[in-house]
Amino acid sequence: MRIACPHCGPRDVQEFSYLGDAKPQRPDGMDATEAAMADYVHQRDNPAGSHRELWYHGAGCHAWLVVTRDTRTHAIAAVETMAQARAGAPA
Amino acid sequence: MSASTQPFRRDDGGLIDRNRPLSFRFDDRAYQGFDGDTLASALLANGIRLVGRSFKYHRPRGILSAGAEEPNALVELRSGARREPNTRATVTELFEGLEALSQNRWPSLAFDLLSVNSLLGPALQAGFYYKTFMWPASFWEKLYEPLIRRAAGLGRAAGLEDPDHYEKAFAFCDVLVIGGGPAGIAAALAAGRSGARVILCDEDGRFGGRLLAERREIDGQPAAVWLSAALAELASLPDVTIMPRSTVFGVYDHGVYGVVERVSDHLAVPPPHQPRQRSWRITARRAVLAAGAIERPIVFAGNDTPGVMLAGAVRSYLNRFGVLPGREAVVFTAGDDGWTTARDLAAAGVRVAAVVDPRSGIDPALTGLAGRIGARIITGAVAAAAGGRALRAVTVREASGREESIACDLLAVSNGWNPTLHLTSHQNTRPVWDEAIHAFVPGTMPVGLSVAGSAAGRFSLAEALADGARLGREAAADIGFDSAAEPATPITDPEGVALSPVWRVKGGKGKAFVDFQNDVTDADIELAAREGFKPVEHLKRYTTLGMATDQGKTSNIAGLAIMAEQTGQTIPQTGTTIFRPPYTPVAIGALAGHHRGRDFRPTRMSPTHSWSQRQGAVFIEAGAWMRAQYYPRPGETDWLTSVNREVLAVRNGVGLCDVSTLGKIDIQGADAADFLERVYCNGFKALQVGKARYGLMLREDGFVMDDGTTSRLGETHFLMTTTTANAGKVMQHLEFCHQVLWPRLDVRMVSVSEHWAQAAIAGPKARAVLQGVVDAEHDISNEAFPYLAARAVTVGGGIPARLFRISFSGELAYELAVPAGYGEAMMDAVMAAGSAHGITPYGTEALGVMRIEKGHVAGNELSGQTTARDLGLGKMMSSKKDYLGRLMARREALVEAERPCLIGFRPVDPAQRLRAGAHFIGIGKPATMQHDEGYMTSVAYSPVLGHWIGLGLLKNGPQRIGERIRAVDPVREGDVEIEICSPVFVDPEGTRLHG
Amino acid sequence: MPGPLDRNRIPMRYSIFSLAAQTLKGHRGWKPAWRDAAPKPAYDVLVIGGGGHGLATAYYLASQHGITNVAVIEKGYIGSGNVGRNTTIIRSNYLLPGNTPFYELSLKLWEGLEQDINYNAMVSQRGVLNLFHSDAQRDAFARRGNAMRLAGVDADLLDREQVRAMVPFLNYADGRFPIQGGLLQKRGGSVRHDAVAWGYARAADRRGVDIIQNCEVTGLSIDNGRITGVETTRGPIRAGKVALAVAGNSSRLAAMAGMRLPIESHVLQAFVSEGLKPLIDTVVTYGAGHFYISQSDKGGLVFGGDIDGYNSYAQRGNLPVIEDVMESAMALWPGLGRVRMLRHWGGIMDMSMDGSPIIDHTPVEGLYLNAGWCYGGFKATPASGFCFAHLIARDAPHEVATAYRLDRFATGYVIDEKGAGAQPNLH
Repeated sequence: MRIACPHCGPRDVQEFSYLGDAKPQRPDGMDATEAAMADYVHQRDNPAGSHRELWYHGAGCHAWLVVTRDTRTHAIAAVETMAQARAGAPA
Repeated sequence: MSASTQPFRRDDGGLIDRNRPLSFRFDDRAYQGFDGDTLASALLANGIRLVGRSFKYHRPRGILSAGAEEPNALVELRSGARREPNTRATVTELFEGLEALSQNRWPSLAFDLLSVNSLLGPALQAGFYYKTFMWPASFWEKLYEPLIRRAAGLGRAAGLEDPDHYEKAFAFCDVLVIGGGPAGIAAALAAGRSGARVILCDEDGRFGGRLLAERREIDGQPAAVWLSAALAELASLPDVTIMPRSTVFGVYDHGVYGVVERVSDHLAVPPPHQPRQRSWRITARRAVLAAGAIERPIVFAGNDTPGVMLAGAVRSYLNRFGVLPGREAVVFTAGDDGWTTARDLAAAGVRVAAVVDPRSGIDPALTGLAGRIGARIITGAVAAAAGGRALRAVTVREASGREESIACDLLAVSNGWNPTLHLTSHQNTRPVWDEAIHAFVPGTMPVGLSVAGSAAGRFSLAEALADGARLGREAAADIGFDSAAEPATPITDPEGVALSPVWRVKGGKGKAFVDFQNDVTDADIELAAREGFKPVEHLKRYTTLGMATDQGKTSNIAGLAIMAEQTGQTIPQTGTTIFRPPYTPVAIGALAGHHRGRDFRPTRMSPTHSWSQRQGAVFIEAGAWMRAQYYPRPGETDWLTSVNREVLAVRNGVGLCDVSTLGKIDIQGADAADFLERVYCNGFKALQVGKARYGLMLREDGFVMDDGTTSRLGETHFLMTTTTANAGKVMQHLEFCHQVLWPRLDVRMVSVSEHWAQAAIAGPKARAVLQGVVDAEHDISNEAFPYLAARAVTVGGGIPARLFRISFSGELAYELAVPAGYGEAMMDAVMAAGSAHGITPYGTEALGVMRIEKGHVAGNELSGQTTARDLGLGKMMSSKKDYLGRLMARREALVEAERPCLIGFRPVDPAQRLRAGAHFIGIGKPATMQHDEGYMTSVAYSPVLGHWIGLGLLKNGPQRIGERIRAVDPVREGDVEIEICSPVFVDPEGTRLHG
Repeated sequence: MPGPLDRNRIPMRYSIFSLAAQTLKGHRGWKPAWRDAAPKPAYDVLVIGGGGHGLATAYYLASQHGITNVAVIEKGYIGSGNVGRNTTIIRSNYLLPGNTPFYELSLKLWEGLEQDINYNAMVSQRGVLNLFHSDAQRDAFARRGNAMRLAGVDADLLDREQVRAMVPFLNYADGRFPIQGGLLQKRGGSVRHDAVAWGYARAADRRGVDIIQNCEVTGLSIDNGRITGVETTRGPIRAGKVALAVAGNSSRLAAMAGMRLPIESHVLQAFVSEGLKPLIDTVVTYGAGHFYISQSDKGGLVFGGDIDGYNSYAQRGNLPVIEDVMESAMALWPGLGRVRMLRHWGGIMDMSMDGSPIIDHTPVEGLYLNAGWCYGGFKATPASGFCFAHLIARDAPHEVATAYRLDRFATGYVIDEKGAGAQPNLH
């Protein structure tokens, strides 16, 4: 598997670490509820199909990237920096 | 050297070098072959037909094929530590001194006692073992299974350390061409001419594929003329790389191909500095699969008799190797292709007794050929082959049902070809059935891969050449390489590809094999159908069809056909199995490369490593690091003596310890303090510049992640330390926190773990020593540089350094850091300054003893299963701010009062030893899970106290000081009465720290 | 209450006698191992998933609880998932009280399985040896071994020389991470994996359970918070209770009920070598890399390593993990260099947030969940079926499976053997 890092170009998957689904957003701040946090930490959609997920280019630029990848075929549709991902994220 | 010692060698012809005879041994007898031979061709040249015994019935087996699909001719190649079991003689290039043994036989190949299994055959049908051996229950492991294990298996592994070396390599190209036959060569030429970077791989040592085995013409000349011109042109193209002996074994995601190059397997031993094999990871933007096709046998009684051979293989032996696979032949063919074998046999002087073809209406050109070579044409089928260890005769059944026996020592079988499409299904896509050619062809393709020629089911040479040229050009054009005017496709001589396959001929006497290597017969498949194992995966798994080392290359299709016949379905309705990687088996050593022994993983060494070596340190693996464990002195015979001395030296004087392996992360930015406030559970905003603070980091799920001291070097500049083990993990975590969670914070971080050498100077005399190291302008008196001070200083007359007054040992202690290149000089300088004070180097063991004496937590307590409160650090969790893990740490289970908490232990009898991993059980209580109250996390012998001490996690621990309990250790037969005590064993008031 | 044995369905018991009798008849009398049933309109219990766990659940519903109006529905052929894709190891060498008794029950059920279901699954207690390479690892293994002993499970802590005596061919000379000892569970071992699915299927079928292949669930019918049946590619089927045992695809099925799970699907690869004469008689796990190995009765070395580490439903992995496994193989056992890897493949694992499974009710009444087996599902097969059947039949958890609650992530009662936290690919 190869991931096209927006900073470094296409690189072998061995250079990256995987974290998981990019969708859950941390409920920040003192007002956050325990239930919302438990959901953020544990519950996942885990789809068979397109999946936006977090990868860390640890052996490269140290960027966290959002990779859109099909979990059935491993085909990668997009690799974005966090800034790109935020800019393009639906409101 | 004449061929006279090789009775089945042709006088001339073939691609062997008769001037280069090679000696080899098979089953301890000496033979000769020629350079260019495979072991199989050399054995056949010497008249050796019986090569091995089969898996279950120990039937005599010969040579079926001339390629990687060989199911029968498996040998143990080489000897001693280089012994390679299950090696296919058909793809083993002959070399001088080759040694091979037949396998799966005892005592000898000709007389194999376990061939008695053949008599038991009727009982040993597919899956028989699922139905018996159940009573009495204990007999399975004791009796039945050992017998089965000994009988099963094929060859014997060397069992010794592999003396050869392996390498890994990486390559990138525009177009990878897999297979060096006519289609592949045409593809590589077309792509190469466009300027694309091309890699052309073939598993063979010689390029040409089937052209090497056939008597064909291209553009009116022998194919060899075209071949040598094409290869010469490929060699002249600067961006074309040709890789012989290189098998593309797997297709992985995004254009990554696994390739194993057999660098030295055609030699007796690898040349100096050369590996035996090299495994490649080739990344290709496009690839063309031109892997050819594999011929199919026919299932009939005795079809495994040595002397029954695939018709295409017969041509390989005749034409490429100059070998006569027999002298009296019958050809049994279901298509035009087998007639070519009859022609070539006759041309080589082999008497062709008959061509048996069940088809009517055969091309008169073929039937005319029979007349010319004097062969009978029989419209019918071969129903049985007889001969045991060597074919003697075949029973031919005409369409009328009339049977006759025809004497022969060779039966060439031709039933059409299966495209070698294995790589196309490596991404779990299934081949599809093509009724026109009676074969599976590639289905959905992996991205970037196309298939040319026979591998796509386009079997003629003309199609191979045209396909290859077109797909090679298209692959290159697809990624921006435009070729010049395309040259005309070469013209080939005519060939017939008509076929009407015969999957099996029923009614012969004896076993009819579908999967030769795993001894799966047609009756086994019928039984599987009868018992409901009809889905193809059930069929495979129940009968073991296709599960042998050849992965069913010659057997799967016939198995499917027989199952289809049983169920009244078509072959495609019955299904096909997915071919799994690797295409052919790959040596484990090749895929491991040089990662073995000491080089399994990189070794990290502290910048002061050689200083420690000079001090006589004993080193220990600590993750990737080698760390100084202790520094034995002459006369010290056990580690405890040395460690005790080191501990006492620190407690009573001063010691020096390398702590460079700690993770160090430089964190800067206007929001750096805010950032730390969020990643640590305790407060960091109020930390003064020039001060250090112990920080505790939780995971988001509320459990402790890591700890360390973080110093504020400037208003917006912090230096974090992490544990050695978690350095990388914490760095990644901080980047996550910043980039993903809080991108608006103005903060940057970089790992500086390897930039600094760091040493702890600890003990009552530490300051006195340091005053001799730190440049005089820096006041490090207790008042000017109190506990937890952290500042930049200089040493050695202006060398930048950082000094931290922090302590793991509980003594007056400092950590001094200098740029890594100065590490050794720093250690020497500290030693020199400390010599008057009796300074003593100490290692990780003494460090561990002293931290346990002080009740500090370390790796054994930071297990990922403990909360801050469990570790006695609950008060550090701020209630005034949000931080990672805050909410999850409040979950019911994490705040439960009964949770085991950190506490200290000492043996009631001071002479008794404590052991980490022991569990706590109340006195008088049974040692059962229900009474388990926690466990001992860390132990040490305290030379200060003169007895063993321990830290552990105990239910309600802190409330039970003074109580007695047992440390139960069944796996080491330990059961020690212990007293619960404070986890701080030495200097509980902390006065020494501030001294 | 044991379920009735319907002798009319499959009269033939497997034994040396029936084998001999059939041999004389050319094996023409063998009947299908199980009926290829068509779905009935309704069942008391519908088990979704014809893998080891689903089939075992159906068997124990019938044999332990007398509930025989049961169907197992499978989208492909039975045993097509992880029961036929694993490395066949059984053991109960677990650390935490939420796990140990459960896996010990499983091992006890394995020990009597073949006589119970009249099918030789080749349960072979050849021992499972986990090596350690550092003092800290030894301490952790001592803690675990002691926990096992306290739970009544066999465990032995071996030193380096004892390990050497057992498996002398490993690298004791120049290993990057020297072998210091090992934790041995003698009662651990291996089982012929496919036979487990087939054996349970046959035994369940004998007790009246319908095994329905090629029947994919396309929807769950839920009425007022209660399950009423399922929609399938072979039509709707009504059921009083529906039990999900579809590890690998649990999230996809749960989504049909509007549920999200604390699970990610990951690919785990496995490997087999060419058939060899006996080399290794036990299961060995390397402690300094991700690698474990044993040898099957057919002679193939069966081995594996870490998960690839990314969400995947593809049932196949990539080269980095393959090479990592081979490197560990060579580091541990340098004599494997010339042994050839014959096949590699992948299975989809339900990787849970704490590395432990879920056997529980769901918020939908009548819908039960058996999921999150990570890569420990095969060894759990009998106990998983046994406890799941207990839960379904009695609506209360079996005593050894009380910790496998779905809400434990909210309450914090996680069962995290590795202490890796809520990140599935680290378990």
